[in-house]
Amino acid sequence: MNPALINQELATTSRILVLIALTVYVISFLVLTVSLANRAKATKKEQTASALRVENIGLILAGLATLIHGAGVLTRGIAANRVPWANMYEFSISGAFVVSAIYLIALFFKDIRFIATFVIGFVVLVIGSANTLFYVQVESLMPALQDYWLVIHVSVAILGTAFFTIAAALAALLLIKSGKSKSKVLKVFPDVEKLEKLSYQFNVIGFILWTFTLIAGAIWADKAWHRFWGWDTKEVWTFIIWTIYAAYLHATTTRGWEGKKAAWLTLIGFSAVIFNFTIVNLFFKGLHVYSGL
Amino acid sequence: MVSRQQSKYVVRKEYNEPIEAPDLSAKSWLRWIWKQLTSMKIALFLLLLLAIAAVPGSIYPQRSADPNGVALYFKNNPDFAKVLDSLQLFDVYASSWFSAIYLLLFISLIGCLLPRIGVHYKALREKPPAPPTNLARLPQYKKVTGEKVKLEAAFEYLTKNKYKVIAESKGKALVELRAEKGYLRETGNLIFHISLVGVLISVALGGALSFNGQRVLVEGETFVNNRAAYDSYQPGLLFSEASLQPFSMRLDQFSITYDYLNPANYAKPLDFRANVSTTVSDQQSPALIRVNEPIALPNAKVYLTGNGFAPEIIVRDPDGTISFSGPVVFLPQDANMTSLGVIKVPDAKKQFGMMAFFYPTVGKLSTGALTSTHPNPFDPVMTLNVYVGDLGIDKGINNNVYELDTHLLKQIAGGKSGTKALKLQPGDVVELPQNLGTVEFKSVKRFASLDITYNPLDIWVLISVIITFFGLILMLLIPRRRIWVRKLADGAEVGALAKSRDESLERIVKEISQAMKKSK
Repeated sequence: MNPALINQELATTSRILVLIALTVYVISFLVLTVSLANRAKATKKEQTASALRVENIGLILAGLATLIHGAGVLTRGIAANRVPWANMYEFSISGAFVVSAIYLIALFFKDIRFIATFVIGFVVLVIGSANTLFYVQVESLMPALQDYWLVIHVSVAILGTAFFTIAAALAALLLIKSGKSKSKVLKVFPDVEKLEKLSYQFNVIGFILWTFTLIAGAIWADKAWHRFWGWDTKEVWTFIIWTIYAAYLHATTTRGWEGKKAAWLTLIGFSAVIFNFTIVNLFFKGLHVYSGL
Repeated sequence: MVSRQQSKYVVRKEYNEPIEAPDLSAKSWLRWIWKQLTSMKIALFLLLLLAIAAVPGSIYPQRSADPNGVALYFKNNPDFAKVLDSLQLFDVYASSWFSAIYLLLFISLIGCLLPRIGVHYKALREKPPAPPTNLARLPQYKKVTGEKVKLEAAFEYLTKNKYKVIAESKGKALVELRAEKGYLRETGNLIFHISLVGVLISVALGGALSFNGQRVLVEGETFVNNRAAYDSYQPGLLFSEASLQPFSMRLDQFSITYDYLNPANYAKPLDFRANVSTTVSDQQSPALIRVNEPIALPNAKVYLTGNGFAPEIIVRDPDGTISFSGPVVFLPQDANMTSLGVIKVPDAKKQFGMMAFFYPTVGKLSTGALTSTHPNPFDPVMTLNVYVGDLGIDKGINNNVYELDTHLLKQIAGGKSGTKALKLQPGDVVELPQNLGTVEFKSVKRFASLDITYNPLDIWVLISVIITFFGLILMLLIPRRRIWVRKLADGAEVGALAKSRDESLERIVKEISQAMKKSK
């Protein structure tokens, strides 16, 4: 294989685009928070209507940020001559992009505007930490990663993570809503049953994608590491996550777990996803040493 | 006549029905245990327990994935390591407790599955069940009034949407419809769980029939497939050596492409290539092994897992007799391939050993110590520390070729011995101290570490996994619903029941009602 020239200037452009996107996300987050607060305070119809207009502005800003963000991810890939998810920084910015894009696309099918603040807040957190903690220069792929399975395995992992993220946001909301708090903000959110249904649907899609990630990973591992499964730390945690969500599906569909219990299980599963991505990547010894740090 | 025990036995239709207190005979105890084990409550508990039980395997090094890590743990915390080892925490995934959890889970699964297969087979052949007396109690219900309302429109809607429909009529008019759809949900569910058992069996059996061997091959060397040719060898419990097929493989050349183009990536390896010639039943053919690209040979897949340098060294006695000759595999120590090798010369007049450092591109640190500045051999230098004394080889101990136990040896060159370490470049011949003879650094060769594996059932693992995935999609995405429509004196009523969360149920009932309203 001949080395491909890395375009460091374009990589810099990419980083600037991501930072601009981050700024727009932050503004969008603030606008959405204001809208949420206004809706909570609203007593008259006109007040609610004006708060909803503010919310729309927030969502349009989020859409704009997502477009700039997408350009940032794309240029990173072009600069590197490969898919933009070969280290933690790239995985974070690509993952955050997919979370935001899936959320905005889902808005066309389901009215889940009420979690906008949570989702955009999460995206801000991920891009912010990616920039400060995980940033690395563009490098070529090490031989172990030069395979088409990198495209399939990791992109589906990102997609699955995005669905789990939205489901977790809904579950968190469910727990707040069914808690003792009497905050006025709560009336803005739909009832517990609706939240549970939505959270379940996102978890189901997330679980299918996660299962695919696991299978694709095993097929790739058979090519790259001479065994399809070897209990590498990342494999262990992928398995743990899979098992937790499998338990969630059993609990909700056949055991009739509802509301809070199911929401807690969702949050435990999602914590394992985040743990797998951060602590396991950075501190655990294993074969998935691709953080780039 | 119904015996007392039988009358006590309650068949639970739903998993979450309460369990009756058992009486105390052994038979009913067993039955009670079986009932418990196959209950969803226990299955759920085992599933969560399995997730928790898998955690320690990611915290402590595992013998299967990281044997050196385990050895290091024993060295650093000998006492605590013993405690961990007694709890099988270095072999979590083969431990009795981890195995117990997943075996119980699978027994529970099979116990749950078997009756469901029969039930589902029956359901597939049977007609949709009769409606409950009171349709209004169903989760979705709608009443349509109007004299013109006819069930024919509902019948048309249901058949068009591929429901299995049973219609009852009085005279010419339909009076009752029973419809069901989504049998594939349960089919998918059964397929998913059965093929999950298939995955477990093919993984377990495949593991037992498999083998995994390692071999370090220096350029020019030939590997002939037989047990003795492996440096290390891990056969499965049921593996028979007869499965090793005769073939040979010569490493012709090993080459690495480095990135010299991108400053951010400078001198990072981009490609490893092992060019080999394989001979299978007298047919010789060239092949290329790369990372991610193993080659397939009879009953073996050959993977490239590592590489390094193997300097070719010749040692001669003072009278010119060759006492050692050949390439020596050096273990890489850093990214610039500073490598460490051991040369033992038991056949010399006076037994001695050498600890060698190899620097592919030699450089000097500010302390004066040598280092390597590039992984490619642009300016290769080797230094030798020489030790005399008993190498321990004759006693059969200390036969690790990568280690020189210097405890019983006396250093005569390098370190604090007073004599400088010997320094050689390719082609150099240097006198050994104490009249031991000469050592020649003939050339630099590379070696490839190869992993050779065989698992006759891996294709079955793959097939089971793929079927599992399709079962999963069917079982999660296809809704199962029952719909009943009944003619009333002043119109009709529609009731619907879903076997899972079903968002569309409300819409469907609405559509059926509307269709009937519009009927002419």
